[in-house]
Amino acid sequence: MTAPAIELVDVYKNFGQTSIIRGVSFAVPVGERHAIIGPNGAGKSTLFNLISGRLAPSAGTVRLCGENVTGLAPYQISRRGLSRSFQVTNIFPRLSVWENVRCAVLWPLGYRYSFWRGVEGLADVRERTEAILDEIELLDRSHVPAGVLTYAEQRALEIGITIAGDARIILLDEPSAGMSAAEAARAVALIRKVSRGRTLMMIEHDMDVVFDLADRISVLVYGEIIASDVPARIKANDAVQTAYLGTAA
Amino acid sequence: MPTRPAFSAGSAVRLAGPWAVLALVFAMLPMIFASGSALTMLSLMGIMIVFALSYNMLLGETGLLSFGHAVYYGLGGFLAVHAMNTVIHGRLPVPLFLIPLVGAFSGLLFGIIFGSVSTRRAGTAFAMISLGLGELVASSSLILRGFFGGEEGVSTDRTKLMHVFGLNFGPQIQVYYLIAGWCLICMMAMYALRRTPFGRICNAVRENAERVQFIGYSPQAVRFIAFALAGLFAGIAGALAAINFELVNSSAVGAEQSGLVLLAAYIGGIGNFIGPVIGAILVTWLEVMLSDVTDIWQLYFGLLFIGVVMFAPNGIAGLLTMHEPLWRARAFAPLLRLAATYLLALIVALPTLAAFIVLIEMIYHRSVKASEGTTIAIFHLTLDTASVLTWLAAVATLVVGFALFRRTWPIVGAAWHHAVIYAQAAGKVK
Repeated sequence: MTAPAIELVDVYKNFGQTSIIRGVSFAVPVGERHAIIGPNGAGKSTLFNLISGRLAPSAGTVRLCGENVTGLAPYQISRRGLSRSFQVTNIFPRLSVWENVRCAVLWPLGYRYSFWRGVEGLADVRERTEAILDEIELLDRSHVPAGVLTYAEQRALEIGITIAGDARIILLDEPSAGMSAAEAARAVALIRKVSRGRTLMMIEHDMDVVFDLADRISVLVYGEIIASDVPARIKANDAVQTAYLGTAA
Repeated sequence: MPTRPAFSAGSAVRLAGPWAVLALVFAMLPMIFASGSALTMLSLMGIMIVFALSYNMLLGETGLLSFGHAVYYGLGGFLAVHAMNTVIHGRLPVPLFLIPLVGAFSGLLFGIIFGSVSTRRAGTAFAMISLGLGELVASSSLILRGFFGGEEGVSTDRTKLMHVFGLNFGPQIQVYYLIAGWCLICMMAMYALRRTPFGRICNAVRENAERVQFIGYSPQAVRFIAFALAGLFAGIAGALAAINFELVNSSAVGAEQSGLVLLAAYIGGIGNFIGPVIGAILVTWLEVMLSDVTDIWQLYFGLLFIGVVMFAPNGIAGLLTMHEPLWRARAFAPLLRLAATYLLALIVALPTLAAFIVLIEMIYHRSVKASEGTTIAIFHLTLDTASVLTWLAAVATLVVGFALFRRTWPIVGAAWHHAVIYAQAAGKVK
């Protein structure tokens, strides 16, 4: 049996006296689209930070495809095939849109820290950058500094940077946050397209997006997973209704 | 342009063309500026260009503010001077023009050693560590007399090395060409470096070091490599200085030298490859010219720096590139009009500036040089600092001049606005 793409075993995260994540264990099998939902302050983004190495867990183990990555730096985890986006847009504002995406394809294509060859002459880099920009529909904005893009365009670029490296596992933190219904629908189509053949984990508040995309949903409340199941059964779950969906509806 | 094929005859010309022109300019300069002092000045400019560009690999490209970059310049110079003396004593078959390689190696080596400590942090912590390391090396230079030569430094004789092609490097013109050659090589190398995968990631680290971690790069490793390479080029500059002066002393590693390169890069403009080049030329020129005419040249230097920080934070190159969109929109007529208003503002500003300088010089004269009499000679005038009339005239010129200068601002503003509107209209037509 293949190891799950993401596996958390009894993970805790404390900030001083405050416990944010309290004994979370779950596994996302390879190829699954998994959504994390939960009320504000439940620890969803913290959970992402623990998986992607932005924070080290206070206790417990994080594994990617069977490999223990607990406490590794973000770039070490990134090199193992996990890529993530951010809830608050996290791009390179004064670099052009083209540069933003190109920077994200360099390491995965094997160019690393090379300072002995020109970047303009690398055909594979150019083609991949162009393909990503085409996919996120920003090709005609290539030469604009990323900082002057509209909000929705910046969110698209955020996803573009995340998928540029062809990672096996993708974590999206509220990809449709702040978007209009039409923009969110386009974002869903994009996510569906780019997550094909990969493992996807996403935090999302928009229930339409969640039930539309996810194979399975986990509900995080006050640092604990209270349910993890297919969308239909999550909808019917009483505990989830009271903790989250009930208050939202 | 990303969508075009990477290499074509056209792009090869576009890439090599400017360098060929620059090489020609370097070759021709001594024919225009033939005097001994001019050649010395040109040599100093060449050294400073390499040093300032190496500094900008840190500040402009990677976002690292260093207060101790002279360490790698100075150590490159010291090791070069020792290498020259070793070559002379051992009669080794090493020509002078290879000595900058010793500087490069030394700068790289110390960049690796000190960089492994200082680049663990970015931002303020990095700046403070660089300041500390600078002080450490500067104070060592007065303690370790065997290597640094104490107060008087270490001297050498560049003419005693092996002569190749009949060059003995006695005349300054030969030294100028040696420096110009290395300057050109270093400029090309540092320009090319910006256009490599590593160079692009340096910019990404400058913009958003955290995000870089999530696309596979360690910002610390990027900073470290940038630091080591900046040390390499600073070491070459130091070795060129050692060849030029035939002497290196502790001031080469000191805080003043570190400050000078920061000023040169910043005044020229750190956001642009050409910025530090402009800054290096201007700062060297000012340093040589101003120190000839006034004792308090550093004050003017400081005022210039403050002016740039306040009114042109992107430096001189930033002021120039501000006009690039207008140029590309072919708004030539409005640009000409704009240039005319700049000239007008400049002419009106000159009396104000002169009065300001006269006041500073008179204050300096009365407070420091009162024993030398009350008159000073300035701008072909002989002024009596004891006369109230002189002071009143200077203050009046300053006030009236500034009031007039202030009235040129709306004229410049209107011309700028006109040019922008014109360029926008031209853009829409296309």
